Amino acid sequence: MEFVNPEGLRLDGRRPMEMRQLRAEIGAVAKADGSAVFEMGNTKVIAAVYGPREVQNRSQQINDQALVRCEYSMANFSTGDRRRKPKGDRRSTEISLVIRQTMEACILTHLMPRSQIDIYVQVLQADGGTRSACINAATLALADAGIPMRDLVTSCSAGYLNSTPLLDLNYVEDSAGGPDVTVGILPKLDKVTLLQMDAKLPIDIFENVMQLAAEGCKAIANYIREVLLENTKQLEYRRGL
Amino acid sequence: MLHSKTFNKKTRGGRIQKLVREVYLRDDIYCGASFCKSCEDKSKARLTAAASTILILDTNVVLNQIDLLENPAVEDVVLLSVVLQEVKNKNSAVYGRIRNLIDNPARRFVVFSNEFHRDTYVQTMAGESPNDRNDRAIRVASRWYQSHLGDAVKVLLITNDRENKRKATEEGVSAETIESYVKSLGQPALLDLLVQPASEDVIMEEVEDMRPSKRKVVYPEHKPMSEITSGLTKGIYHQGKIRVNRYNPFEAYVGSESIGDEIVIYGRGNMNRAFDGDVVAVELLPQDQWHEEKSLSIVDEEDDEEDVHLVPGSADDAPRTTDPVSSSTSDTSPVSSRPSGCVVGIIKRNWHSYCGSLEPMPMPAGSGSLVNALFVSKDRRIPKIRIQTRQLENLLDKRIIVAVDSWDRQSRYPSGHYVRSIGEIGDRDTETELVLIENDIDARPFSTQVLACLPPLPWSVSSEDLNKSNRIDLRHLHVFSVDPPGCKDIDDALHCTMLPTGNFEVGVHIADVTNFVHPGTPLDDEATQRGTSVYLVERRIDMLPKPLTEDICSLRADVERLAFSVIWEMTPEAEIISTKYTKSVIKSCAALSYVEAQARMDDSRLVDPVTKDLRNMNALAKIMRQRRIQRGALTLASAEVKFQIDTETHDPLDIGMYQIREANQMVEEFMLAANVSVAEKILKEFPACSLLRRHPTPTKEMLEPLLRTAAAVGLTLDFSSSKALADSLDRAVSDDPYFNKLIRIMATRCMTQAVYFCSGELSPPEFLHYGLAAPLYTHFTSPIRRYADVIVHRLLAASIGIYKLPTIFRDRPQLTSIADNLNYRHRNAQMASRGSVELHTLIYFRNRPTDTEARIVKMRSNGFIVFVPKFGIEGPVYLAPRGDKGGGEWFLDDQQQRIKKMDGSISYGILQAVKIHLEVVEPQPNRPKLQLTLV
Repeated sequence: MEFVNPEGLRLDGRRPMEMRQLRAEIGAVAKADGSAVFEMGNTKVIAAVYGPREVQNRSQQINDQALVRCEYSMANFSTGDRRRKPKGDRRSTEISLVIRQTMEACILTHLMPRSQIDIYVQVLQADGGTRSACINAATLALADAGIPMRDLVTSCSAGYLNSTPLLDLNYVEDSAGGPDVTVGILPKLDKVTLLQMDAKLPIDIFENVMQLAAEGCKAIANYIREVLLENTKQLEYRRGL
Repeated sequence: MLHSKTFNKKTRGGRIQKLVREVYLRDDIYCGASFCKSCEDKSKARLTAAASTILILDTNVVLNQIDLLENPAVEDVVLLSVVLQEVKNKNSAVYGRIRNLIDNPARRFVVFSNEFHRDTYVQTMAGESPNDRNDRAIRVASRWYQSHLGDAVKVLLITNDRENKRKATEEGVSAETIESYVKSLGQPALLDLLVQPASEDVIMEEVEDMRPSKRKVVYPEHKPMSEITSGLTKGIYHQGKIRVNRYNPFEAYVGSESIGDEIVIYGRGNMNRAFDGDVVAVELLPQDQWHEEKSLSIVDEEDDEEDVHLVPGSADDAPRTTDPVSSSTSDTSPVSSRPSGCVVGIIKRNWHSYCGSLEPMPMPAGSGSLVNALFVSKDRRIPKIRIQTRQLENLLDKRIIVAVDSWDRQSRYPSGHYVRSIGEIGDRDTETELVLIENDIDARPFSTQVLACLPPLPWSVSSEDLNKSNRIDLRHLHVFSVDPPGCKDIDDALHCTMLPTGNFEVGVHIADVTNFVHPGTPLDDEATQRGTSVYLVERRIDMLPKPLTEDICSLRADVERLAFSVIWEMTPEAEIISTKYTKSVIKSCAALSYVEAQARMDDSRLVDPVTKDLRNMNALAKIMRQRRIQRGALTLASAEVKFQIDTETHDPLDIGMYQIREANQMVEEFMLAANVSVAEKILKEFPACSLLRRHPTPTKEMLEPLLRTAAAVGLTLDFSSSKALADSLDRAVSDDPYFNKLIRIMATRCMTQAVYFCSGELSPPEFLHYGLAAPLYTHFTSPIRRYADVIVHRLLAASIGIYKLPTIFRDRPQLTSIADNLNYRHRNAQMASRGSVELHTLIYFRNRPTDTEARIVKMRSNGFIVFVPKFGIEGPVYLAPRGDKGGGEWFLDDQQQRIKKMDGSISYGILQAVKIHLEVVEPQPNRPKLQLTLV
């Protein structure tokens, strides 16, 4: 199938190096300590953060750092076909783990020993790149909750179809079966915290694709920073400063 | 600007699903006019200020009138992305052609992505069909163009859809039909290229008025698609690709998976307008109508007849005839066991353009008026095609190309249109070009991009090449090459030295083409496409540009050349002790021809090193050959012929059978050994992505004709294994010295052709090469003229760690498609060679009526087919006068394969030698053909 036409446009009218439209909103769940909604095109996820709080299960308590827990799930209505997905399936477990590890790497856990941080992410609408969207939403929610972090973590995916590196694959492109590289970076520190690919790709092309995804992450980081700044301004305004 | 597109789709499970897709509407899509002031990016702008009109085409125009669009008279065309998408979905061949036009920098065709442009995107309105929506999108885009470019130019929408045209005019867009536009150009020749509107577009009454006498329905109606689909699922109809018998266009076969057998279709009526290669739906006829073909007479319904042609090289080229033994006398049941059927519908057409000429007809009074003419394709499987032309006087004596447009029930023949003419009939260049076009061979000169990939000339081995750690210096060895005389593209050379241990070191050195042809370059792409060099009688069409084939890569004598070497250590008993693969630098000390090499070996006075090496190698080769034959390799014979060509006029001076010497066999033996060694190596290293060559075991049905012939002359052949067959072929001797060769030639044509494949696609037992009795085989030894060898070179280089494996090998579907293309090109190259030989045979006999000896190879009710060994041709000899379908004084005994005169005075048996007279006759003007008559 042709994913990039000879005019250089993708199926949805983007060019290969273009991301989908981003939208983010902080404070979607009032009860949570921090929450956010993050959209990348038609992919929409919600994240809620609780903590740091007392460890619920004493046996899991860590004495020198905080326990980070993460739960990923997909809403039953998130895909077109109303299939009931059992909770805790392999895919969800894997993504939960990925998100937890990524977030753990940037949270300053040693500042909050013997406590627990819960991150809940749920996909409201899935159109490819849910993993990245969840990480971005979780970052925003953690920032909203005021949890100390080394840097913002942002994530973006890139693929390689029709011999062209493509940024931010949507569902149609994602299900084409080509390689899909998901990268998570700490933009200020310029460090990679997440790198996933489940396909074969020659190393030189892989580098290009990964570079592209990292560029995407940086663009997302800029956007998230703007959103946070805007949010802080709002908070300042409300406090009447 | 973001928009979302919502539509409903039926899933495979049959449920309805609502899908939502994003559409990003852009403001950076430019109109492509170089004179436009508002669009910034001019890099893709092709429309020039000189153009007074800009054409926007509707989908139906692109689909039907592609031949016209390819004519340079049509320029300044805007193709909307909605149109391209529709074209792509409906006809991928046309899509490919229109894409070529767009990519051609000489043509002024631009693409406008209206579907993603902010101002021209249209959303489907409630209740609007996709078709109407697309038509509206075209009109919106046309209007946008007019307002965008202003009044300086006229934007013209070309559509043959009346509704669309009416609406466009209403909305203020100027629209015209393609006919009226072409008429306004004032070039009458262009009108011939126009496709006549299919019957659905024409109002029926008009037709009725025009030709009242011809309103006769000739063919049964095709069933509607819905009925075919339900019929297929119910098992009433059977789907398959129809293949028309090359030697009898009134008989066709449909290979059907649903009944696991071939369905035979007799007659044009049953074939119901299907063309060769169409995917059709077939309904089986009731069993009592599974009638016999009338005893295989040579003549058929119309004036078509069997031609004299070259002897087929394999089962793929051989005529397919039903089996008279199982069907007639020996069979107890009166009806045939082969199911026959009729076509009820055509699922996918395989129409393309065809080469041929017009049927001779009297010139009409006034010139330049519209005339109906009948076109006869060179390919006999294609029916005559009716075309309309205004330039009959120009076309009558020309070879022309014609495309098919439609075939309705009322007409006996399909209608088409003239595309272009090639040249005069009978002219050698024209006929050669025809052969090339028919076989889809690209004989154009290489493009500048391709030539830019070549190393600068004069080229010589540089010190850099020598110093590479992975290239060893073998210049001290006595390397020599043995090839046909006059060979310029020498891709293999050999050496053989005696080691102190008494063993031999034997090396096969192959031109290192991959050192110059790198993956992903235009040169490589071109070579992938061409696939193989094509050898015609008087010329060669190269796969790689001449500097590479004849100079840089060619392992000529006394120059240093880069090579890829396979070096064995062999015992004097020709047992391989070790194998080494390496890139090397060699310096050939002699480029011998087969004759020279043979003469050296035979001349006992010569004791120079090269001659000694030759003798040693020959001794080894003989042992290897013997061992191979013991394993069951078949020694098959071919009826290859060789022409002597006049250097000035390029006319053939003499023909003779190709003679095979010991030297040929020696070289062949080492090439086979190298190929086998390389195949083992690459398969071991890359089990999933190696390119190998296999030769399938022939099936019993394929061997049937040979068995029957053998039985008639009292010979039993054992087909249980290739070894058994080889042995029984060896035993097939009689007092006739030519008998054995004849049997071998007939055996060869029962085999299928060997094919390339990707090792990941099949299981190891299927890798077998039947003819060579080798479990693994590939092509390594001719990278200059075969692309498969280039691929294998890359695989081998990667397997010994010299180069990285190109990315293409990771993509199995793509590798498979390359292998398929190679098979296709390889086969076409062979067909073209045969076509060229046939053409030259005809030229040769034009002034030389000859008497010669021939062998009867096939019996017919009114004659027999003879094979002329001396010239490698085969053709019919009629005993009864034409038109008499065997009911006369001749009687055919199928069991004995004999034809007897009723009074018993004369009889002819199969394989019998007869004297025949060869002569070129011209039964119709411009249609010369070779005729064989009994002396």
